[in-house]
Amino acid sequence: MEITLNNRKENIEREPISLAELIDYKNFSFKLLVTKVNGKLVKKEERDEVMIRPGDEVQVLHMISGG
Amino acid sequence: MTSEAIRERLKGKTVGIAGCGGLGSNAAVALARVGIGKLILVDFDRVEASNLNRQYYFRDQIGQPKVEALKQNIHAIDPEITIRTHMLRLDPERLVELFSGCEVIIEAFDTDCDKQMIIETVLTDMPDRYLISGQGLAGFGDNESIVTRQYDRLFIIGDGLREVSDGLPPLAPRVGVVAAMQANLALELLMKNE
Repeated sequence: MEITLNNRKENIEREPISLAELIDYKNFSFKLLVTKVNGKLVKKEERDEVMIRPGDEVQVLHMISGG
Repeated sequence: MTSEAIRERLKGKTVGIAGCGGLGSNAAVALARVGIGKLILVDFDRVEASNLNRQYYFRDQIGQPKVEALKQNIHAIDPEITIRTHMLRLDPERLVELFSGCEVIIEAFDTDCDKQMIIETVLTDMPDRYLISGQGLAGFGDNESIVTRQYDRLFIIGDGLREVSDGLPPLAPRVGVVAAMQANLALELLMKNE
């Protein structure tokens, strides 16, 4: 299915797929992430239950230490 | 718009500073100089000698709580600014409680887990609040990699890449660039909001 991931169109060859599984599938390796699906924040503990559907817009932001 | 007119407009505005290290202390001072009405300063730490390479503190303040030292330094610039200080580690409940009156919150924490916590909390539980996060400021040089990215009410400023480590320390110039950009964006948002 085609989704938009971090503002780029991507074909994901797995369905159904949860947000947590998508993060594994894409090998996002940063330890701490903030995730949004269709503009709505998905907290870390909710990522297993949120299923990604064709056309969804997914943002995965990695957190960078230092301040 | 004159500097006085900007000052007048900012009088009734409040900004929350989450973390008073390199980003928070410098961003707070920049906002103080332009005439922000009120600042809420939150940090659990004390000033250390190693902070003086980038943070807005002085040698004779080593050992003091950062929030108190920063309040002193801001009041030395402008005694009219209202400053609330909280020496504590923020959790989601306290974050909402302490920053509910702030139009803009500057995220200036050190660790990635605190950054994640504040972003998740503000976006979920604090509607209508802007959050300006600083991410990726280690090392020196490479000015053109520092950018602002917007995701609705969340703005992330920095290079989005370089984590602080032993070989890539946080230093005054680059940390200062990110802090000044955070303050500059806060000012823009405050001036837009009536």
